[in-house]
Amino acid sequence: MDLSIASILMLDGVTNGAIYALLALATVLVFAVTRVIFIPQGEFVAFGALTLGMLQLGQTPGTIWFLLLMAVLVAVLDLVAGLRQGRPLTRVLGGVLKAAAFPVLIALFALWAAPQKFPLLVQAGLTLALVTPMGPLLYRLAYQPLADATVLVLLIVSVGVHFALTGLGLAFFGAEGFRTPAFWDASFAAGPLMLSGQTLIIFAASIALIISLWLFFERSLYGKALRATAVNRLGARLMGISSTTAGRLTFTMAAFMGALSGLLIAPTTTIFYDSGFLIGLKGFVAAVFAGLASYPGAALGAILVGLLESFSSFYASSYKEVIVFTFILLVLLWRSLRDPHSEEE
Amino acid sequence: MFNTRKIFPLAALALLAVLPQLPVPEFWITQLNYIGLYAMVSLGLVLLTGIGGLTSFGQAAFVGVGAYTTAVLSTRFGISPWLALGVGIVLTVAVALVLAWLTLRMSGHYLPLATIAWGLSLNYLMGNMEFLGKYDGIQGIPPLEVFGISLNAGRSIYYLIWAFAVLAAIGVSNLLDSRPGRAIRALNGGVTMAEAMGVSTFRYKVVIFVLAAILAAVSGWLYAHFQRSVNPSPFGIKLGIEYLFMAVIGGVGGVWGAFTGAAVVKIVEDQLQTLLPKLMGASGNFEIIVFGVALVLVLQYAPKGLWPAIARWFPAGPRLRDWGGAPPLESRSKPRPGELLLEVDKVRKEFGGLVAVNDVSFQIRAGEIVGLIGPNGAGKSTTFNLITGVLGLTSGQVQFRGEAVGGLASRLIARRGMSRTFQHVKMIADMTVLENVALGGYLRSHAGAARAMLRLDRAEEKRLFAEAERQLQRIGMAGQMHELAGNLALGPQRLMEIARALCTDPALLLLDEPAAGLRHKEKQALAEVLRQLKREGMSILLVEHDMDFVMGLTDRLVVMEFGTKLIEGTPADVQASPEVRAAYLGTEH
Repeated sequence: MDLSIASILMLDGVTNGAIYALLALATVLVFAVTRVIFIPQGEFVAFGALTLGMLQLGQTPGTIWFLLLMAVLVAVLDLVAGLRQGRPLTRVLGGVLKAAAFPVLIALFALWAAPQKFPLLVQAGLTLALVTPMGPLLYRLAYQPLADATVLVLLIVSVGVHFALTGLGLAFFGAEGFRTPAFWDASFAAGPLMLSGQTLIIFAASIALIISLWLFFERSLYGKALRATAVNRLGARLMGISSTTAGRLTFTMAAFMGALSGLLIAPTTTIFYDSGFLIGLKGFVAAVFAGLASYPGAALGAILVGLLESFSSFYASSYKEVIVFTFILLVLLWRSLRDPHSEEE
Repeated sequence: MFNTRKIFPLAALALLAVLPQLPVPEFWITQLNYIGLYAMVSLGLVLLTGIGGLTSFGQAAFVGVGAYTTAVLSTRFGISPWLALGVGIVLTVAVALVLAWLTLRMSGHYLPLATIAWGLSLNYLMGNMEFLGKYDGIQGIPPLEVFGISLNAGRSIYYLIWAFAVLAAIGVSNLLDSRPGRAIRALNGGVTMAEAMGVSTFRYKVVIFVLAAILAAVSGWLYAHFQRSVNPSPFGIKLGIEYLFMAVIGGVGGVWGAFTGAAVVKIVEDQLQTLLPKLMGASGNFEIIVFGVALVLVLQYAPKGLWPAIARWFPAGPRLRDWGGAPPLESRSKPRPGELLLEVDKVRKEFGGLVAVNDVSFQIRAGEIVGLIGPNGAGKSTTFNLITGVLGLTSGQVQFRGEAVGGLASRLIARRGMSRTFQHVKMIADMTVLENVALGGYLRSHAGAARAMLRLDRAEEKRLFAEAERQLQRIGMAGQMHELAGNLALGPQRLMEIARALCTDPALLLLDEPAAGLRHKEKQALAEVLRQLKREGMSILLVEHDMDFVMGLTDRLVVMEFGTKLIEGTPADVQASPEVRAAYLGTEH
């Protein structure tokens, strides 16, 4: 290996690492606020990439119907729950409409827009608008009824959700893979490196998102409310921060970050309905690196995972995944030596 | 004797035995073979998830280790499958030990994450290694032979599969009803109580993970010789999750849930695999949608799974009282009255910048009842946790019977004869009062998991139950020994905790707010029990809020405020002290 190959591999690794970083941050965020180990994070990646892929072909992606279905289910559940609690019908209906309005409107708009073959950027925006509302709906359907369950039960729920979403992905998008065009077709030479426009967009998007996350947590009231919930759920609730709202907000952010990662990664590799799982798990390895607790640690871990992956695909391409997933064991060893005491739940 | 509890298992066993001899279609024999194989794996998950509060998504990978080991050894090297079973188990145990060692000292969620990674890695290895036949796998695995009979048909290997499955179920049932079983059941929902009873919770977490892995490996070995070929796909993460699904849907709280779940999932899966692709108009694993949704719904609406609904038809009777005349457990040498028992020397605990306990010192002599009192937040419970080893000391020392115990783990302190109760009752709600108290006898007994599974521990079990009953009599609760602990009111639960602590044969009993939440009559009864214990020579350290309760009972009081010792003396001294009055009631200005 000479320096030019090494630098190409480095660039490749850091590029993928930037995407894994988004997923790792989302994983840490979801765990900190809701104690959910969110295995299905990767499914949002696949949903994002494949929805855009189908829009590109002028087809109507199944995610639209899925969004509508989830919105209707949530509306029915909220209606039933509201009436059972004996709240006035108008208020219950008002709440239901407020929650369902955006998903239904965006789904209806997407139904009209799908065959129109709008420009790529519009379709990307539409994709984000379609996948992001799935986050809070999913939280309402799967996790909210079990919000006080143990981490173990929430984890098992997560694998159930992962199963269901993967199967639905197959139903919506079929077994064929999609690869979307790059957002920016330029390329730049920097010494031995060829920087593609897509690579630059990945870096720019990841950095922008990390900065806006930082601003959100440091400067906004909602961000501080989420941090409070992460530190102490009961205490936050006593301060008037609803843990349900915190959960829905967190899942909204997670879905958005997942879908965005999907849009960023789709031009660089072919995405299938089940690709999200492995991509999400790599974000996971990075999150575990940070003990599911530290955001900068997760980002650093993600870059490491990306580098490890690109170098191992050069040396032993068929064992790439083995190497990446065995790395988690070394990470766990390091963590258990560094912080050996077990904590009580 | 003719109750449904005895007849049902025997009838089921007889039906299992004659089934292959009846004109049952081959399809159903194959189904039953799969159900037996799956049930063995989900049995391990019941032990791990439902009983122990851990979980694994990598069980399918352990099945793969068992299957591939025998596939390689029997086809490439012509080694006997029975020897290959041994090799497979050794490999499995080695992997399980590494994973356990890496993850089980940290929070519970690192094990499942590690098992996902391990399951994926192994699956890619199987699919990429020339040696393991890549994605085509290994064909031509010889059939098993038992006493010269070749088990080359579904109907013949059926017997071996179900013999292993039934033996595994019996073994796990035996384990759960034993000394190590009670320790395992104490893992779920926190380790503090189990550690205080002297249980090494880390060790039992490792034990159940290794056991679950072995069950999976045996299932894989049978699978390889049943299918006569192996390839990577049945050992992937999808099956790993499905095994967990079986355990959860069947009922993760008991042995038979594993069998219920395996049967339901296998039969429904077959139906869905033909039905759904037709419905969707495309081929694919659409059944995972149904499974995923079903898993979430089961956890939301019926977290105990299907089995409890079936088990209602076979109500369990009370435990047969067969321990009359069992010899007593060995007991430790007791300190002489007046001997220095506990010496707390300037113990200090800081949480960040907060000094919760500030250089507190006091002593307890054998035969005394000492009360530790103070307003809310004075650091009493923290002091208690420092003495019992639940929290580490920032500085200072604790001497117990002349030995420095500061900084030791709480189970090692328990081993030296210090036993405690908890401010918030910690018990195993779905075990009887008797079994909960018997957990206290953990350190006075020795049976391990293997002896328990083989039922070689019965003599010792009788001694344990006899001791537990004796302690319950001592506190006047023998009448409630067959109740489930979770059904008791708070007062009896606190008394049960005292009986459990007594069952450890302590030299010093530490009671953390034993009277909190008790009614007046219950408090009087408790005070009487404690006086009786004192008459019998027991030494007690008591954290308490209720002044009337403490004043009439204790020999000496240590009063704390803001983490510092305020005063020490007889109840009369303390009552007369202006500082104590100021601490409790404030001062006049």
